[in-house]
Amino acid sequence: MTRRDIVLAEFTTVANEQKKRLAPLTDALPLLETGLDSLCFAIVVARLEDAIGIDPFSTDGDAEIPITVGDFIQLYEQAH
Amino acid sequence: MTQESGLGPERRLMSEDAAVRLGDLVQHSALRGLQSYRGQSVLIETAGQLPAVLALLELDGLARRIVLCPPDLAAEHRPALLNEAEVDAIVAEAGLQQAAPLVPRQPERETEWILLTSGTSGRPKLVRHTLASLTEPMRTASSSHANRISGVWSTFYDVRRYGGLTILLRALVSGTSMVLSSPHETVSAFLSRATSAGVKHISGTPTHWRQALMSPQHRAFRPQTVRLSGEIAAQASLDQLSRAFPDAQVTHAFASTEAGVAFEVTDGRAGFPTAYLDRVSPVSLRIEAGTLRIRSARTADFYLAGPPLRDADGYVDTGDIISIEGDRCFFAGRATGVVNVGGSKVHPEEIEAVLNDHPDVQMALVTARRSPITGALVTASIVPADPRADPVLLHDRVLEYCRATLPPHKVPALLRVVPHLAMNAAGKLARA
Repeated sequence: MTRRDIVLAEFTTVANEQKKRLAPLTDALPLLETGLDSLCFAIVVARLEDAIGIDPFSTDGDAEIPITVGDFIQLYEQAH
Repeated sequence: MTQESGLGPERRLMSEDAAVRLGDLVQHSALRGLQSYRGQSVLIETAGQLPAVLALLELDGLARRIVLCPPDLAAEHRPALLNEAEVDAIVAEAGLQQAAPLVPRQPERETEWILLTSGTSGRPKLVRHTLASLTEPMRTASSSHANRISGVWSTFYDVRRYGGLTILLRALVSGTSMVLSSPHETVSAFLSRATSAGVKHISGTPTHWRQALMSPQHRAFRPQTVRLSGEIAAQASLDQLSRAFPDAQVTHAFASTEAGVAFEVTDGRAGFPTAYLDRVSPVSLRIEAGTLRIRSARTADFYLAGPPLRDADGYVDTGDIISIEGDRCFFAGRATGVVNVGGSKVHPEEIEAVLNDHPDVQMALVTARRSPITGALVTASIVPADPRADPVLLHDRVLEYCRATLPPHKVPALLRVVPHLAMNAAGKLARA
């Protein structure tokens, strides 16, 4: 699975767990309109750190705040 | 103390590798150059518990101050301890000898007894007690206590900690034998030793007891009193112990190094009756700013260094948050252990209580995990009740149960199924 696949799969898993209705995910979709709340994102970020060993929000203090789903995926794709 | 203790000749203190007749403690001195400790601040820093007991019995009434050092004090904290307690002399195994004649003596002074707190993180605080405050629970014991003093005592605690020291003093004052634990011993080996010594009354933390129940050795053990203290006693723990030891009275007590023994709950239910809040003597309780406050002759006097231990009215803040449901008070967690998940406060103990209530969970630990988005997240580790359980199925089942029981921010964001959980030297779940 690519990092993109892993990130998108985690969105779906957490939405199901938290009983949230996930909007159809496209790169242009703003994160705030995905149906996930901040707790969901916190969980996604923690799980991704465990799964692929990367937390782009803590390793790079200069990381741009992601606005869209595409921004979010890109943070993981570009992180080392 | 030795003058008034009425020690029976056949009463013994039993450690892992030795047993001492309590009568010998009265007749012989174990401490070399005893007189040189007069008026001094003495740190008892023996490896074993038994030598520590011999030293403190002799030093009480002679030394200005006794500092009881638990065996696990981190080396980095030792210099501050020596400084804060103004230590003049140190007693270790090398300073002890076998049974030299003891010159009978009357106590010359009220010796300060300095105990270390069992804080789960940071440097332990030095807490000042006296023999009077430490033995006060025995002087005001109810008849149910008095009826119980026959029979061998034991405790999972080290006797250099408050929880263990009160049991030691009880055994010494009432002239009963006592089995000492050992940090190098497995729970199974300790239970075997307690069983063969005929231990009838035994105390420990809920974590100690969960470990005991995981050991097959507990099946041969027949205590009359099983006592929990030092951590929140969950209803599930009390029920498990009642089933495992049908002949025993399972009680839980509120006690801490600073606040002393406040009360014992004997009705088999978690929490304590709100009626306790109306009591004045021997222990007065009140709830202020959400936490339990205690005033009694059993509390410590002060911290050797640091903030005042008692408020203007003489109450000690336990830092334990109380929630009241009907006529019952429950412990909801520590005021200092609050986790902030996106602005919502979470007490780890509250979630642990929910997890511990699940029939498939033997033991649970809830901790905080830093989150760049919500500040913190709740994570949990659980030990399965059945070690053969499928960890994936268990994980999903327990999470589903949490979601049905808890609001979303309290549901563990990450749940791990682990074979065991670590315990710190004070017998509490290690939260580091």
